[in-house]
Amino acid sequence: MKKIEAIIRPHKLDEVQDALSEAGYPGLTVSEVRGYGRQKGHKEIYRGTEYNINFVPKLKIELICSDERAEAALEIIIKTSKTGEVGDGKIFVYNVADAIRIRTGESGESAL
Amino acid sequence: MKGNNITALLLFIFLLLVVIAPSNSFADPDPSGANTGTINDVPAATAGQPTVEEVGAVAGHNKISINIMWTLVAGFLVMFMQAGFAMVETGFTRAKNVAHTMGMNFLVYAIGMIGFWISGFAFMFGGVGAIGALGGTPGLNSMFSIELFGKTFELVGYSGFFLNNAVYDVGVFTLFLFQMVFMDTTATIPTGSMAERWKFTAFIIYGFFISMIVYPLFGNWVWGGGWLADLGVNFGLGHGHVDFAGSSVVHLVGGVAALAGAIVIGPRIGKYTRDGKVNAIPGHNIPMAMVGTFILAFGWFGFNAGSTLAGTDLRIGVVATNTMIASGAGALVATIFMLIKFKKPDPSMMANGLLAGLVAITAPCAFVNSWASFVIGAIAGVLVVAAVFFIDHKLHIDDPVGAVAVHGVNGAWGVLSLGLFADGSYGDGWNGVAGGVKGLFYGDGGQFAAQLIGTLTCIIFVFALMYGFFKIQHKLFGIRVNAEDEVEGLDTPEMGVLGYDYSSGPEQK
Repeated sequence: MKKIEAIIRPHKLDEVQDALSEAGYPGLTVSEVRGYGRQKGHKEIYRGTEYNINFVPKLKIELICSDERAEAALEIIIKTSKTGEVGDGKIFVYNVADAIRIRTGESGESAL
Repeated sequence: MKGNNITALLLFIFLLLVVIAPSNSFADPDPSGANTGTINDVPAATAGQPTVEEVGAVAGHNKISINIMWTLVAGFLVMFMQAGFAMVETGFTRAKNVAHTMGMNFLVYAIGMIGFWISGFAFMFGGVGAIGALGGTPGLNSMFSIELFGKTFELVGYSGFFLNNAVYDVGVFTLFLFQMVFMDTTATIPTGSMAERWKFTAFIIYGFFISMIVYPLFGNWVWGGGWLADLGVNFGLGHGHVDFAGSSVVHLVGGVAALAGAIVIGPRIGKYTRDGKVNAIPGHNIPMAMVGTFILAFGWFGFNAGSTLAGTDLRIGVVATNTMIASGAGALVATIFMLIKFKKPDPSMMANGLLAGLVAITAPCAFVNSWASFVIGAIAGVLVVAAVFFIDHKLHIDDPVGAVAVHGVNGAWGVLSLGLFADGSYGDGWNGVAGGVKGLFYGDGGQFAAQLIGTLTCIIFVFALMYGFFKIQHKLFGIRVNAEDEVEGLDTPEMGVLGYDYSSGPEQK
């Protein structure tokens, strides 16, 4: 199993989620996060004084799926969340040791 | 089913009684209102045939009724400005201090009110004499004065402490309510410049000091019949120091107190770093601050137009419109200034610009025409932005909300602008001087001199008193919270509760 963790632009969430659920991926977890990448935020001016907005608001989505479906999920996320501008975000893929459905105790892929 | 029939029957009888029956036994209703209020409503010994005396009594009573009603309603509007101040100041500061900033803006209403009731009102208006617009206001007739240069200098009133029974009068009570909310506006201005680091208990002591002593003294000199008002009668300087609704009495006093406080308390941690770098500390809730600004602008109609103390003084139409025009000019010019300099308008400066226009027009609103109002507001819009930069970047005085730039700088500009632009169309008899109030541009340089003397007096007197007060208080008890609390946020250490608590609350056992 794989865990796909993607940092995306907040306004792209609907598009990503629609495409993923259409493709049959059952679950998705979303959290509001703030962070910066290579650009180190950006500068603004408040009352005549320049300041740095270091942490830009982003969304983190997390998705667990079988190994063979991971590639397709990545394609969908990249396709739907890409604008081509700086700040589109990043995706990380992890191996998952196990998954357990709390209600029934099922484990492995059948718990997804 | 049977129940329904009875209900229907009762309804029918009811309609019969209410709608049809009265048309036979009473006078016709008057939906247009054109026939309501007739000679029959004038109390007369012979109904319907009042004498001239009886008509005159009603006319006089109605005039004072309109004036008292107007003054009270205007006072209620000004009272609501406390909410505006609370939102502006809290919006322009950080989320970790919201309960503290709100708390100060809330309690200043109660502190100021009680302080003004104890002694503030008596010092300020105790010697004002009769205010005809409110029916004569008896009892306010004790003024302490000294003789200088062969002239009488009236310095402080001393009747009406605790609104005692000697002034138990509808006119005096109306005057108290209206003047108390004005004083509260002054008292709440320093809570902005000293926000996010002021010890709450120290703030309480300050609240009594300014409402009981500082504000009333300067107020007496301008509005209570004191020596600045007498500059015209005594020294031939125009109509004396004229301030219609308080650019100096309310805003300059508050702005100067805010400056003294900000200097003594020092900048917030992290505002200025050792190498001389100036850091921005953005406000946490711009919508809150902008709504607060609108509430202030709404209340300002009461502030300025109400200052006639008379709904029968129809100059209120000019006053209210001038107030509106200056506020728009201030907001627009401040915005354009920011757009030219930084490419972005900065909502906090748009709000400051609107308020700057309002503060500036507060003194001259009754004495100028609309183009002068526009010019006064526009200059206020430039002044407020320039002053914010100067105070922050050059003086390194930390004023989180721009209180000194808005109320101090533009309070001074407001009273001075009256001395330039007053067009002579209003103010006959003001401060005991015949003829309309005229500024320098309309031929009366003496009026400008009186405005200048009033402005300098206000700055020197209030700064000396407030700086001294804050210094002594700081030496004796400390007026600033400790550094750990300031960094953590003042809500829990100072107030005992978080303003914003995003947890689901404490566990209940």
